[in-house]
Amino acid sequence: MAWHPVVEAEGLSDDEVVGVKIAGKDLAVCRAGGEYFALGNVCTHQFALLSDGVVEDGCIECPIHQGRFDLRTGEPKGPPVTKPVVVYKVKVEDGRVMVELDEGAS
Amino acid sequence: MNPGHQVVIIGAAQAGARCAEALRAEGFAGRVVLVGDEKALPYERPALSKGVLLGEAPAESTLVHPRGFYDEKSIELRLGLRAEAIAPSAQRVLLSDGTWLAYDRLVLTTGSRVRPLPGAPDLPGVHMLRTLDDCAALARALVPGARLVVIGGGFIGLEVAASATRRGLSVAVVERQPSLLERAAPRAVADPVERLHRRSGVDMHLGIGAARILGQSRVSGVELQDGTVLPANVVVIGIGIVPNTELAEAAGAQSEDGLVVDAFGRTTLANVWAAGDVTSHPNPILRKRVRLESWQNAQNQAIAVARNLLGQERAYAEVPWFWSDQFDANIQMYGLAQPGDDVAWRGDPAGGKAIGFAFAGGRLTFAVGFNMGGELRLARKLIETGAQVDAAALCDPARKLKDIVTGVTAAAVAPAA
Repeated sequence: MAWHPVVEAEGLSDDEVVGVKIAGKDLAVCRAGGEYFALGNVCTHQFALLSDGVVEDGCIECPIHQGRFDLRTGEPKGPPVTKPVVVYKVKVEDGRVMVELDEGAS
Repeated sequence: MNPGHQVVIIGAAQAGARCAEALRAEGFAGRVVLVGDEKALPYERPALSKGVLLGEAPAESTLVHPRGFYDEKSIELRLGLRAEAIAPSAQRVLLSDGTWLAYDRLVLTTGSRVRPLPGAPDLPGVHMLRTLDDCAALARALVPGARLVVIGGGFIGLEVAASATRRGLSVAVVERQPSLLERAAPRAVADPVERLHRRSGVDMHLGIGAARILGQSRVSGVELQDGTVLPANVVVIGIGIVPNTELAEAAGAQSEDGLVVDAFGRTTLANVWAAGDVTSHPNPILRKRVRLESWQNAQNQAIAVARNLLGQERAYAEVPWFWSDQFDANIQMYGLAQPGDDVAWRGDPAGGKAIGFAFAGGRLTFAVGFNMGGELRLARKLIETGAQVDAAALCDPARKLKDIVTGVTAAAVAPAA
């Protein structure tokens, strides 16, 4: 496991999300209520990037079918999504959002 | 409702399956029976004109749930059976195998069927598209190099036209109305869609009807009202759908372009509820009665009805949402538009990415996005709140949509000073 910088913390305002590709993984990195979150960026229902969707009420919503995932747990919040997305550990260091990734797996 | 009660759901497609699922999710412990006239497990239809038709997605990917889900949730599936009659005073339903099924609550999710084209012959090569079987048959007919004529320039017809073009057929679309999407979108939205199809090689015949489908042993072409003959190996008729209201009407339920239900989903028959395509329901946000042919309504009205028949009494109130995929365009719409609505654009739809807005009395009533799903979604709040909005600001690409929406909705909910 290792920490990777993914985005400048200042670059994200509340309820904003960006898509980041790092170490072969697609991440959706977002901010909500002043906190930062990183999740798997691909919807578990049908292919779509969550970073093209919206962040609202502590959830990220897929742009295609509006399936919602909890930012903290990645758990689906109702139909049509039934499977969670991966959530990654996040910290802010030196003004940068850092995400912990498993080196070997990618 | 208690564990001794039973709920019968007629119509085992998306709405029926979501209703059954929601009954369990809300803790209902009684018997749930889901009856459907197709043999297939409940499935969703959007991919039947796109991914599944193109062979890019397997038919199984359309299932609402795998079979095991229904066993696990004790949802009894009675597939391949039609409901023939409802006896509302006895609270039972007659099925096509001759058995009666008693209910404490009945939910009608009977959906809709394709609208037939009067006089269309039953010839090999003439297709309609509604079911998985229809999709499989059409997919076999869409052979690269063949000629396809699509009768009807609505979303289904256009999605089939786009899929067939990608598959290597030469495609013509015939639409009686002067513009595409006449029932679904304003002219200003239909125009960029038409350009997209023409640019992709689709031969468009607008403002002229199909007079006859030609062919002896199989289809050979379509004759238009001006005598033009479009040769065809395959014809797809996509001229809309008709709600399946007859079962309930025969039992005395009120029906007016769909089964009349209230905001909670109750029909005019005691203990009989309805959800999905088949309903005409009041939309509190639009302040009018609507019948919606959409994925969103099939899912969410069905969930609302499940909750309401368990006693939650929450009106179903959502901004209608619809999407379509054609060629490289993902088109999404919120709200409902009138054909003549003026549309103000943020971005240029000819450029492939744009959002269009329509207004009434200074309020946003409709928004459409081309390849702008995430940003468009922000506009939903504006329709929901019914707040006064600044059209010029919405259309100014230099202004962030998020900031405008946040400002307007905050003002709308703030108490008067």
